[in-house]
Amino acid sequence: MSYIPSSQQERQEMLQTVGVAAMDNLFAVVPSALQIKQLNLPSAKSELEVSRMMRKIAGKNRVFSSIFRGAGAYHHYIPAIVKSITAKESFLTAYTPYQAEISQGILQSIFEYQTMICELTGMDVSNASIYDGASAAAEAMTMCHERKRDRVLISATVLPMVIQTVQTYCNGNDMTVELIPEKSGVTDIEALETMLNDKTACVYLQQPNYFGMLEAAEKVGEAAHRAGAKFVMGINPIAAAVLKTPRDCGADIAVGEGQPLGMPLSFGGPYLGFMATNTAMTRRLPGRIVGETVDIEGKRAFVLTLQAREQHIRREKASSNVCSNQALCAMTASVYCSAMGPSGLQEVANQCHAKAHYAARQISAIPGFALRNQGEFFHEFLTETPCRAETVLAKLAEKDILGGYPVSNGILWCVTEMNSKAQIDALTTALKEVSLACN
Amino acid sequence: MQLIFERSRAGRSCSILPACDVEKTALPETMKRASAPRLPMVSEIDLSRHYTELEKHVHGVNDGFYPLGSCTMKYNPQIDEEIAALPGFTGVHPLQPMDTVQGSLEVLVTAKTMLCEITGMDDMTFQPAAGAHGELTGMLMIKAYHQSKGNTERNKMIVPDAAHGTNPASAAMAGFTVINVASNEKGCVDLDQLRKAVGPDTAGLMLTNPNTVGIFDENILEITKIIHEAGGLNYYDGANLNAIMGIVRPGDMGFDVVHLNLHKSFATPHGGGGPGSGPVGCKAFLAPFLPLNNPAFSADGTYCLSQPEQTIGSVKAFYGNFLVVVKAFTYLLTLGAEGVPEVARNAVLNANYLRVLLSKKYDIAFNEICMHEFVMSLSRMHRENGVSAMDIAKAILDNGMHPPTMYFPMIVEEALMVEPTETESKETLDKVAEIYLGIYDQAITNPQSLHDAPLTTPVRRLDEVGAARNPRVRYQFES
Repeated sequence: MSYIPSSQQERQEMLQTVGVAAMDNLFAVVPSALQIKQLNLPSAKSELEVSRMMRKIAGKNRVFSSIFRGAGAYHHYIPAIVKSITAKESFLTAYTPYQAEISQGILQSIFEYQTMICELTGMDVSNASIYDGASAAAEAMTMCHERKRDRVLISATVLPMVIQTVQTYCNGNDMTVELIPEKSGVTDIEALETMLNDKTACVYLQQPNYFGMLEAAEKVGEAAHRAGAKFVMGINPIAAAVLKTPRDCGADIAVGEGQPLGMPLSFGGPYLGFMATNTAMTRRLPGRIVGETVDIEGKRAFVLTLQAREQHIRREKASSNVCSNQALCAMTASVYCSAMGPSGLQEVANQCHAKAHYAARQISAIPGFALRNQGEFFHEFLTETPCRAETVLAKLAEKDILGGYPVSNGILWCVTEMNSKAQIDALTTALKEVSLACN
Repeated sequence: MQLIFERSRAGRSCSILPACDVEKTALPETMKRASAPRLPMVSEIDLSRHYTELEKHVHGVNDGFYPLGSCTMKYNPQIDEEIAALPGFTGVHPLQPMDTVQGSLEVLVTAKTMLCEITGMDDMTFQPAAGAHGELTGMLMIKAYHQSKGNTERNKMIVPDAAHGTNPASAAMAGFTVINVASNEKGCVDLDQLRKAVGPDTAGLMLTNPNTVGIFDENILEITKIIHEAGGLNYYDGANLNAIMGIVRPGDMGFDVVHLNLHKSFATPHGGGGPGSGPVGCKAFLAPFLPLNNPAFSADGTYCLSQPEQTIGSVKAFYGNFLVVVKAFTYLLTLGAEGVPEVARNAVLNANYLRVLLSKKYDIAFNEICMHEFVMSLSRMHRENGVSAMDIAKAILDNGMHPPTMYFPMIVEEALMVEPTETESKETLDKVAEIYLGIYDQAITNPQSLHDAPLTTPVRRLDEVGAARNPRVRYQFES
């Protein structure tokens, strides 16, 4: 089955019009020695067979009923309307909106998304999104690259996969990446001061950081700016509803992983990279940007704009090779933000904060599970563990709980609005049993 | 159409969350944001109607013919969506223990095995999220390979002038100097130019075959040999794989690295610009350079994530756009060994059929048997009647169809690049030809009507210059 509508009869008629005798003659130009006889693949299957097979494979995954793991991917409630709107067939199957006259729906949805990202970050301009939070961070480093400034300083408290991705991109464009040390779970600002110099292109900070801690972002930004470097913040968009905006912290660029805004965990993707900056750096932004304009009758309309930055015009001189966006994921985020509204999104953030603090109090009271760091945190926190993290987590798995993530010989817990008090209490009870067994 | 912000009314909301069931907490005042983000305040019906209205102003594959050249806008099967929405796939955290994600890993490893068979490669990463992202990954692998051999002087990447714009941009992002080589009169690689371009500083070549004018380069073995003999590697841009899958393999043509666009050849929807998936396959000698977390089958009979020894690192968090791979894998299982070449044959047949019908009036650049797409040139029409490729495209909009890709490739003047794909029927192509030929006549008899087109679309031609000169890229709230 290959979803080809034309019948054998019709194919013959078409071949006749083309003036070739058989299908294979269409490929006469391909050297015959290169043409393959038969692919070594399973033979075609009916839809019913494929459906059964795939359901069986999906069944080999384990979906936990209680999830206390974050570390870069977060379990949040997804309102039903988010799924129904993003499943609409035209949104799903359209291409990049090159033909603006018949693509106003997608263009307007991206314009609305850009506005919401500007509101969350406090910045002036957002692009239409890129692949994910890690690649957004990496692209932001390139935006800061100047002829005499090629050093990236990135905090050791940033999600390791973001650090890796930044490192990988910087290997390409010959920027050097240095880690700012961690001190008590947050960025060591004194160490940062000594590292900054006139070669520093930018400083990258994550808020809340990998360990869930809230950083003194303004101080980091001030230090970066004193050295003439740019300040880039990676933020969690749920926390952004209640935390001081990157703009108010002095950031030149704000990026982040948009997955918490309505995207399921999905084994890591598709997710959403958001990027926003100030007016001065607009033309350095990679990727698509949608702008408002008018048609020849003066009617408001939207269009892909500022394309002089892009690869199809600039080729090797482009600001980036990005030529797509995660449009459907951006729409997911917009619908999510609209369904929650300003107070709803703040409520999600406040519940995450409250429940994480409730869980932290309960867990840290259990022998062996003391909090690693003192200080303010959002919805993740690192504890010690009385025995190997894997042993603890295996015990939790027996109770259908996905526990925290093993980090630095401890466990990084994440609590969201999805975790009821009853779930948190059940986790605490299970950990008490583990604690007794370990000691 | 109203913006969602214009539908907003203070006091409206959707009812989503229960009350908090633990004691409330407070952030320190110094860390709080000054005011709430101005997100829309709407009820669910406002929100629902808003997007229903937006959807009416979008042209998807199911809204009609979508011959966007190089984009392979084929039909997206429903079963693929249904399978990718299974909770077993959507509900797993990417950092779960390996023994709890064997299903996801089985999808990745089996899909990889099948795609390696189709491309003639030995290993593959799914980490890249798009074709351009795959190109960057492949470029970084080639760079790492040369560096591992101590050949740091190999810093030139050869790119034909007919290449997709992403090719030179990706090579530049990986730190290569781009060497453009001109195409010959057939739009193919000029062997003499290529021989002159190679040298001890050659890192490699980026090529798509069939090329961007839809022609299979018959000198392909000679081309890849010239690069290999100069010490470079050959990169295959898989954007045009739909023409040849199951017929001939990039690996057999002499390519060392390929990227695929699962959202093109393997029928996953484009989502209005993404998410896509741009897996990168390579020959065994390049496998040590693949990105981290490479899905594999381990010695103990389970699936795992392996860490290549000389990895380039990561180009993205986690393992790629997993759900997109699920859709492509479902599609591949449906096609099977017989279906894959059938796709290519019918894609090529449809393109040639439409080419022959349109060549009655339109000038076809390189009018010979083409692969999955062909390019028309409106250069003569523009010169003689003042009607441009843009005018023709806009007239097509008035007929409820998506126009072909405009003004690409750059080596053809006033280009319209047509890729019908295999999922269009003969009667659709007949109808398309009738409309296109009618527009041609109209261009001659009444050129002004084409300059005025489109007339029936929700908005007419836009002021793009004004949009770029005075960028308004977000909604401005009153006060």
